Amino acid sequence: MAVIRFDHVTKTYGDTVVLENINLTIDDNEFLAVVGPSGAGKTTFLRMLLSQEAPTSGQILIDDVPIADEPMPDRGIVFQRYSVFPHRTVLRNVMMGPEWLAAPVTGRLFGAKRTELRDRAQAMLDRVGLGGHAQLYPAQLSGGQQQRLAIAQALMTHPKVLLLDEPFGALDPGTRKEMHKLVLELWSEHQMTIVMVTHDLSEAFHLGTRVIAVDKHRHDPHAPHRYGSVITSDFEAKPRLARALQRAERAAG
Amino acid sequence: MGRAINRLPSRRSKILLGAMPFILVIAAYAIASDARHAVDAGDKLMPGLDAFRAAMSRLIFDIDRMTGQRLFWADTWASLGRLGIGLGISAVVGLVVGIFVGFIPYLRATFEPFFAALSLVPPLAVLPILFIIFGLGELSKAVLIVFGIAPFIIRDVMLRVAEIPREQIVKAQTLGASTWQMILGVVLPQVLPRLVSSVRLSLGAAWLFVIAAEAITAEAGLGYRIFLVRRYLAMDVILPYVVWITFLAFAMDYALRLIYDAIPWTRFREGG
Repeated sequence: MAVIRFDHVTKTYGDTVVLENINLTIDDNEFLAVVGPSGAGKTTFLRMLLSQEAPTSGQILIDDVPIADEPMPDRGIVFQRYSVFPHRTVLRNVMMGPEWLAAPVTGRLFGAKRTELRDRAQAMLDRVGLGGHAQLYPAQLSGGQQQRLAIAQALMTHPKVLLLDEPFGALDPGTRKEMHKLVLELWSEHQMTIVMVTHDLSEAFHLGTRVIAVDKHRHDPHAPHRYGSVITSDFEAKPRLARALQRAERAAG
Repeated sequence: MGRAINRLPSRRSKILLGAMPFILVIAAYAIASDARHAVDAGDKLMPGLDAFRAAMSRLIFDIDRMTGQRLFWADTWASLGRLGIGLGISAVVGLVVGIFVGFIPYLRATFEPFFAALSLVPPLAVLPILFIIFGLGELSKAVLIVFGIAPFIIRDVMLRVAEIPREQIVKAQTLGASTWQMILGVVLPQVLPRLVSSVRLSLGAAWLFVIAAEAITAEAGLGYRIFLVRRYLAMDVILPYVVWITFLAFAMDYALRLIYDAIPWTRFREGG
């Protein structure tokens, strides 16, 4: 279960209002796509949900509990770049989360526990299509493979919410299509809530069960910083229907 | 292909061209030395090859009556020992302090201006203070090297820590890493290659401090020997010693490069 609620969230930097009084409830197992023009506050929205930045006022709750004020394993993240560790092999990258959670001092597991974790990591790599690349370093992978790795790494700690910050923005169209398929599959397998920020409208409607647009609702030409962005549009997208149908079929059959 | 920047030497001519300045310098020396000896057979400023061989074989093979040692090797070990201790302590201090101060904002705010000021103090200017406080023995020489190069290494390590993309640090936190785990698992391994290059760049300064300290007070050492025999205009000892110091510096530089290349993740750069 992961219901996310934005409760009167406002974010300002000095005089500049970025986001203004956001009220939003994101249902469990929703795939929320956030779109909007550059500079509208999409990334600020995501960073607050990640606790990389704190709201100026208001609060964000997951399952009615306010989120911690620093990034935590309940919310996984995949950035557009730099979200894997260049000094560890692909396999070790995927093992890092569980190792950190299990070994506070050394950050390493040994013996049977390590073998068990390695098998789990290898299975995860096989699932995202990197099974044969376990011993390579991330810099030896292509852009799409690096993002597969970043997703696999995030899923190893079973986050309630997966955050995607323009994860496919730097990929070529063919690779992007494959990544869309993978993300949709993983989303239904892991039953988690996903929040994705993108500037690509067709991507948003292809993946999201719900699409929101953030943009400035008022513009004062003499003081452009005085009004922040709000949610200007809110759509239920086709994949939600598809998901509902699937669930109905499963319940019936 | 008229422009100079577009004319490329072949592999063979590169080797020949690279060797040429060395050959030219040696030839010029030989000619000048011969010319001086033709005028004055007892010339001490530019000794010939025979004089070098005689002086060096005495220092390398003969046991000195005063110290009971072969002076060349005693000097070499004394200087390398000082250099090694100074560089080793500087590297460890630079790594530990650089990582903690570079990574933890409160420590950074407290110590960054201080280290910036400290790195600007000319080490040789405080050498008298070191001699007064730590005496004339090995301790003050080690402190001089550490004082001279540790601030540079600290700042270089801090810069590298700051270069680690914020995304990686946030990602590590979402995977449950504590500050200590991030230092051990994310920061340290990515800083290590830079530490090796940083030590490599400090080699020249470290030799400078070793020789300067030895010139003032020591019982053995390459710098000590050079400054000792200077009184007798013994160029037949000074020049081979300078060549030997240069070779040692080159060998250490090369060894550090091999260490750098042996770190697996330095071979694959981002975007490769």
